[in-house]
Amino acid sequence: MKQLNTPISDEAIRDLKVGDSVLLSGTMVTGRDAAHKWMIETFVKKTRPAQGDDMQVYEELKKLLNGSVIYHCGPVVSGLDTKEYKFVAAGPTTSIREEPYQADVMKHFNIKGVIGKGGMGAKTLKGCEETPGVYLHAIGGAASYIAQTVTKVYGVFKLEFGVPEALWVVEVRDFPVVVTMDSHGGSLHSVVEESSKKVLEDLLAK
Amino acid sequence: MRDLTNEILELIRRTSSSLPPDVEKRLRESIEKEKPGSSARGALETILKNVELSRAQSTPICQDTGTPIFNVHYPVGVSTIKLKAQIRSALAEATKRSYMRPNAVDAIYDKNTGNNLGGDDFPYIHFEEKEGDELIIELMLKGGGCENVGRQYSLPDNTLGAGRDLAGVRKVVLDAVQKAQGQGCAPGILGVAIGGDRGSSYIKSKEVLLSEMGTRNTDPKIAELEEQLTSEANQMGIGPMGFGGATTVLDTKIVGLSRLPASYFVSVSYMCWAYRRRKMTVKGEEVIYD
Repeated sequence: MKQLNTPISDEAIRDLKVGDSVLLSGTMVTGRDAAHKWMIETFVKKTRPAQGDDMQVYEELKKLLNGSVIYHCGPVVSGLDTKEYKFVAAGPTTSIREEPYQADVMKHFNIKGVIGKGGMGAKTLKGCEETPGVYLHAIGGAASYIAQTVTKVYGVFKLEFGVPEALWVVEVRDFPVVVTMDSHGGSLHSVVEESSKKVLEDLLAK
Repeated sequence: MRDLTNEILELIRRTSSSLPPDVEKRLRESIEKEKPGSSARGALETILKNVELSRAQSTPICQDTGTPIFNVHYPVGVSTIKLKAQIRSALAEATKRSYMRPNAVDAIYDKNTGNNLGGDDFPYIHFEEKEGDELIIELMLKGGGCENVGRQYSLPDNTLGAGRDLAGVRKVVLDAVQKAQGQGCAPGILGVAIGGDRGSSYIKSKEVLLSEMGTRNTDPKIAELEEQLTSEANQMGIGPMGFGGATTVLDTKIVGLSRLPASYFVSVSYMCWAYRRRKMTVKGEEVIYD
């Protein structure tokens, strides 16, 4: 079991291989569908003009995400009335929906780790090689368990996206993940997809 | 009938935080099939720790508390208007108490309502009048990850060589499992409806998931296909979370419907391992939870 702290160095990233179990600690930011679309349109491709507090949030995110980790997660959060936020349930969401955006977001913000579930595709794998970065697989559905590793909620951006879609800034301690896509072009997901396809073809031929 | 808002709130709490014992048992049995030290085994171990923790804390098993699907069987004379209002207010309260995540998003304006109450379609409630005095409310919470990997096929399907018969059904269901990979939070449970129109077919493929693990179709031919599909799906080696491994599908449930001569739909609803379904029965003043 490897231990990693954010921010993560390029060296530490290059050292990670598919199949490694990692306990991750440090500050990270949650972001999923609405956040990725917003980041790409407003800051990367600039097809949408910045509005409201967009530019202030952008400056904050640049600092927070540099060398750090983005977590595909739409948490259940208590303390919404008092703003004394606490993560009650916080497992990963399916990552493949961010496939059109992820590599560009990684490169733009220098994000070293993407946590989610289900794995991602060829474009993100290339992004992992170039940034360099890794895809870290958390256990889908293990929401109460993972919420216990979230030791502090520093705050939230874009709460108007809704609680699940907002960008939550959190501190985690010993968050358990498995490297399933590394910075050397390795992907457990493409291996399992290929081998299961072969079995399926045999079954269909019967 | 008296106001049941609090009792329905308790049903929601139980459903979100306490996995049914038959599902937990099946997950425990699966651990032994995975290699010691493998990521697949590690995933199942974490899953079971999470199941225990959620139950002890009354916190959601999964942060995606899903689409709330209510199936209400009510005796003659009960007002479904009142029941619906009670279900909706219980759901809003459950959201306030963090048993549920606010999950209703207006699809046109991208606005989360914040209380899990959308239009008439959210939560999904099906009412069915029944004989006798008991009122039964079943609840299933079905998350988005597994809902997204559900598939509907119109047979014949030339690319898969699937004709309009049970052999064809077998082929498309196996295809759906391979395409889902780990994205629906494997190991999953398959609900399969054969026939119907596109709408009724999908609805019944979910309804069949309300029965207990291992419940077989009463038709021996279909029961055999259910067993065969579970076994063949597991040969694909997708494994828990798609990490590779022996456990991809925990169970398969099939229901046959009427179809039009022109149509032959096969709908596959994939349920994640967090197979949250609970039931409450109201008998006079007494409320019994499963």
